[in-house]
Amino acid sequence: MALKRIELMLCTGTGCVAGGSFRISEALEKEILKQGLEKEISVIITGCNGFCGQGPLMVVQPDGIFYGFLTPEDIPFLVEEHFLKGRPVHRLMFTPPEKKEPVPLLSEIPFFEKQLLLVLRNKGIIDPENIDEYIARDGFTALEKVLISMTSDDVIDEISRSGLRGRGGAGFPTGTKWKICRAEQKTPKYIICNCDEGDPGAYMDRSVFESDPLSVIEGMIIGGYSIGASLGYIYARTEYPLAIKRMNLSIASAKELGLLGNNILGTDFSFDLEVRQGSGAFVCGEETSLILSIEGRGPEPVQRPPFPAQSGIWGYPTVINNVETWANIPVIINRGAEWFSKIGTETSKGTKIFSLVGKINNAGLIEVPMGTTLKEIVNDIGGGIPDNKKLKAVQTGGPSGGCIPSNMIDIPIDFESLTEAGSMMGSGGMIVMDEDTCMVDVAKFFIQFTNDESCGKCTTCRDGSEALLEVLTNIQNGDGKEEDLEFLEEASYAIKDASMCGLGTTLPNPVLSTLKYFRDEYEAHIKERKCTALVCKNLIKYFILPEKCTGCKLCLKNCPSEAIKGELKYIHVIDQSKCTKCGTCLDVCPPKLSAIIKVSGKETENITGIEEPYPVKRRSK
Amino acid sequence: MAQLTIDELRKRRKEAQKDIYLREGRYEGKIIVHMGTCGIAAGAREIVSAFLGEIEALTEKDVILTTSGCAGLCSMEPMATVELLNAPSVKYGNLTADKARMIFKEHILGGAIVKEYAIGIGSEKGG
Repeated sequence: MALKRIELMLCTGTGCVAGGSFRISEALEKEILKQGLEKEISVIITGCNGFCGQGPLMVVQPDGIFYGFLTPEDIPFLVEEHFLKGRPVHRLMFTPPEKKEPVPLLSEIPFFEKQLLLVLRNKGIIDPENIDEYIARDGFTALEKVLISMTSDDVIDEISRSGLRGRGGAGFPTGTKWKICRAEQKTPKYIICNCDEGDPGAYMDRSVFESDPLSVIEGMIIGGYSIGASLGYIYARTEYPLAIKRMNLSIASAKELGLLGNNILGTDFSFDLEVRQGSGAFVCGEETSLILSIEGRGPEPVQRPPFPAQSGIWGYPTVINNVETWANIPVIINRGAEWFSKIGTETSKGTKIFSLVGKINNAGLIEVPMGTTLKEIVNDIGGGIPDNKKLKAVQTGGPSGGCIPSNMIDIPIDFESLTEAGSMMGSGGMIVMDEDTCMVDVAKFFIQFTNDESCGKCTTCRDGSEALLEVLTNIQNGDGKEEDLEFLEEASYAIKDASMCGLGTTLPNPVLSTLKYFRDEYEAHIKERKCTALVCKNLIKYFILPEKCTGCKLCLKNCPSEAIKGELKYIHVIDQSKCTKCGTCLDVCPPKLSAIIKVSGKETENITGIEEPYPVKRRSK
Repeated sequence: MAQLTIDELRKRRKEAQKDIYLREGRYEGKIIVHMGTCGIAAGAREIVSAFLGEIEALTEKDVILTTSGCAGLCSMEPMATVELLNAPSVKYGNLTADKARMIFKEHILGGAIVKEYAIGIGSEKGG
């Protein structure tokens, strides 16, 4: 490749691709040609940059300037102004909310400033489809070190001393798992990478594979060397096409260079990898189900022990670790266990990736040292809540996790603190909720999810989730009874106690944690038929304020169920029997009028919807 | 492609590092070519090519090339500013491709300012 003076690091993570990053790359190539800059500038396709809320985005190197919300129409101006004439374009830079001046440099944007990148060290810096770029960033130096100077036991010892714990959710010490498998006599042994990421709102594993697939593969080769395996599987869900494409490309190019296959790098060690695709059953994230799925059988959890490390795939010893765990391995080998164990808290070492989503200004993928507080994540990295709303809770750990209320925002993020707060680390989903979120609705959403995804093997999980769902639906509909809360708790503990796998034992967490921290909301639903967040449709009514309505017909025209009565310059009335509570009228009513309100509880009692429209003129009398 | 040995992998890494040096933010020298309309009309793009050619020939890539707008002295375009680590920046004017190559060798590689083409040392104060 001839030398270039500018490299445009264009993000092609799934978020940016959905926003049109491939159209941006076409426009860039076209404009660069038009300006005759093709010998000076190249467009590099990278994995997820992390600042997904700003996509489609790119970073201009060597200056390190960040551009977001790009459209193909911006490109001709951008290419001429910045890349030809050297004048960076302010209007395409990131401007923090409530600030006037943009922040040109990526390194100075608060979203990036507080992060510590170990696993995502190459994100946005390399082309994930070009193995040489991974190699250039010290790729495979850990493998070299292991093959030249370490025995299998040395590697396991190093990983144990680093304090690395599984990033899939449970936090089991990785070194211990490897040691158990290494000690088994039975051969062959296998390793598996669990990329069956199913939590709603979570996309850490996908992004690691999309931005730096070879770091996972290098980790797996080292894992194979340590436990004595010669074959590994990467298990991913079919709905991750880009990640799977990059896995396969990386495996093929590693094989071509002799980094996978027989006699790796001219040594006696041989190891190969295969990709297996699952069809997106949530239970496959559970290790024993995943193993059955690879074997071609129906995915259902199996009683442990024996653990997979003793008897896993086809009955042979198998180490199964999450994507992020594997990607940590080369870093630990290169930098050493002591260095790694200095990052994080007493019990949780290293960093953790979170997908920060929901009601947050800077949605995206972040990597922070363990022990970072929830407050730092939400306020500093996340940039707070949009529209000056208040934070209500943060949901961590996906459907197995719980909601942490805003008054506990100072807790440090590590395995123990989250569990103590009634939530869990999980794989790293982090959903931010503002004051407009109804906690009963949230609990119901997650129970609906786990109820759909329960494999049905254990009665408590299958029927228990059904029972929880029924009661939560009743409460949402205003049909709740006072004894319901006691039932929810009792059923939750029964499900926890009597289900076999992680899906069942954790599924009541959203119910239990919302009951613990937001019991008043449940009680308001039951006793006052009031949804304080104004979400639950059966408990709210929309109402047109006669003193504010000007009879403009805007809401009337937009109402999809023709529930609004009125004519021009007549005060409109909502026919409550026809209203579907879709909220369109509230959205279209001009803000300066704000003539439509949403109410719940007592305030709904006098709204009958049987009044007739009358002329605005008559109002003043 | 051949199967690599450890030594070959190391060699390949050294080669590959040259291709991504722009992204690592480590450099000793920076050349800024001024590309206002005046600069471009006076031939700034040839100056860019000349500097790029020199950088390409380096084994240790630690010089980067960027562009910026008009420096305000349009009559002396094409112009370039050379910034070396821990040294004041130097502006050069009335450049040609040959002068650019000479500045590269003597100033950027050799550390000696080419006084006959230099039009100023240091930058004007902002404010």
